[in-house]
Amino acid sequence: MIGMFKIALKLLINDRAKFAALVVGITFAIFLIVQLTSIFAGILIKASANVINIGARIWVMDPSVNNPLNTVPMPDNVLDEVRSMNGVKYAVPLYSGVALVKLKSGIYQPATIVGLDDATLLGRPELLEGRIEDIYGENAFIVIKDQEYGKLEEPAVGTTFEINDHRGLIVGIAKVTTSGLFGIPSLYTTYNRAIQYLPNTRFTIAHVLVEPKSEADIPEIKNQIEKIGYLGLTDREFEKKTADFYIFKTGAGVNILLMTFIGFLVGLSISGQTFYTFILENLDKFGALKAIGAKNSELVYMILFQASFASFVGYGLGVGLSSLLIFLGKKYVPSYTADLGYWNLGLAFFMVLVIAGVSSLLAVKKVIKVQPFEILRG
Amino acid sequence: MADTAVKATGLDKSFGEGAARTYAIRGISFEAYLGEMLYFVGPSGSGKTTLLSMISGILKPDSGEVIVEGKDIWKLSANQIADFRLNKVGFVFQDYHLFGKLSTVENVAIPLILKKQDWHQAMKSAMEVLEVVGLTSRASLAPVKLSGGEQQRVAIARAIVGRPDILIFDEPTASLDGVTGKKILEFVKGDILNDRRCILIVTHDSRIFELADRIVEMDDGKIVNVRRGGEIEG
Repeated sequence: MIGMFKIALKLLINDRAKFAALVVGITFAIFLIVQLTSIFAGILIKASANVINIGARIWVMDPSVNNPLNTVPMPDNVLDEVRSMNGVKYAVPLYSGVALVKLKSGIYQPATIVGLDDATLLGRPELLEGRIEDIYGENAFIVIKDQEYGKLEEPAVGTTFEINDHRGLIVGIAKVTTSGLFGIPSLYTTYNRAIQYLPNTRFTIAHVLVEPKSEADIPEIKNQIEKIGYLGLTDREFEKKTADFYIFKTGAGVNILLMTFIGFLVGLSISGQTFYTFILENLDKFGALKAIGAKNSELVYMILFQASFASFVGYGLGVGLSSLLIFLGKKYVPSYTADLGYWNLGLAFFMVLVIAGVSSLLAVKKVIKVQPFEILRG
Repeated sequence: MADTAVKATGLDKSFGEGAARTYAIRGISFEAYLGEMLYFVGPSGSGKTTLLSMISGILKPDSGEVIVEGKDIWKLSANQIADFRLNKVGFVFQDYHLFGKLSTVENVAIPLILKKQDWHQAMKSAMEVLEVVGLTSRASLAPVKLSGGEQQRVAIARAIVGRPDILIFDEPTASLDGVTGKKILEFVKGDILNDRRCILIVTHDSRIFELADRIVEMDDGKIVNVRRGGEIEG
């Protein structure tokens, strides 16, 4: 069959105009599919930034919480109860809130304040400058150097600012895996300083972070948390809950998936139409091949090969183009977010297979039906 | 008497249903022999192409049989008939049906590729056949860059490259001027025809009748006369 595939390939690529139209259609569709799903994946990662950056195994929260940015404060006794549960190695409180920071220039800038457990500093970021023990110093904060760092006027160690009429002092500069969704810079301090410096509601614990004694203890811990009226989720479950919230409750997911589907339809219609026209224009040649002695199955393989080849070339170019744009976007566009992972590459690959399949199907039906007698009769 | 290349017995073929049914072939029987150049002539719609389609395994008759090498080809499966066409029959279509996106040598090699021959071996064999038809210098060109006569010879090369026993030419001179057409047929008779091969030609062109061994005259789906080539009509 290699010779037949070679013939099929030459017939396809030597028809340069059709081949180009076919590849451009598929490339465009794959570009849209990969780009949109990557942006959405990026948004979901940013939405779960706290969960990813802090890295606790189990998160305890009010059952109405649907994402890490929307916390419902819990009373202190929840922390005590969780600490006494079977299977819990340790549990610590986490403060998470937003405050206005008055910068040196006089500008007020909203910032996410994360208060880490004073004793363990569980979830502390990786320091680029400064020492972690300095966080216990007077007015100490660690600033996160991410895409939003510039909004705090790029503070160095020793920079001071005001927060709720308290003095703040940068004692360290750190990095995290991912920055937040809404373009707000982050400051880390201790839990007690956070609740002392910031205006508070009656309850102050945003989450209780739990480390189980073993993975096997997780279901039992979750059950015990549920019995006291709260929700315990593993970090993966919390990320999934957050993703589900953005996909199903905000409209963002539906709209982006709709755009992805439109991209797929555009690709399918362009490539399907072009490939079908290509086959129609060569129908007499396929009839001649049949008359010469080609079997239907061989012609079907030729068509599938042609459709697959064009689709895979388009897939490669589409993914390449998307990767390039993501690379450039991350480098030059502020707050740009996109995450190219196996799942969206897999989704695009599945869609390109559908495009190849549907395009071939119409062509195959036509070629199987063509009678060599019609060719002989002229 | 030479060996029989193909023997057709009681062939019938109609198209359409009910009142729209038309009878293209009515009870035709004939034999063609190896080493023979046999013409099928007659007015349009007389059933020439339909008859050759049934002989070559392209169109199934309503009734009758086509015996080649002792077997009725219409008792073979669809894939076996495709193999029969590939191995036993060579076609030269009226419009040639050459692939404009392939080179001349690749066009000629198609039957060998269909026979699963190695690509390089197929190209080598195709070059040898192009030498027979005098077109080695045109091997790398696309067929659209060749003259009508040259394209006809490429189609002939493609038809003979698989060494078939039966060669079928459909209106071989229809797209050529008189001189070129006659030259081509003289070449076919002199260089392509041999005692292991039978050539069946559908034509209207009386200028090439003199080259035929026998001429089968058809009208209204029937054979009305069989005469020797070169004999004056009527």
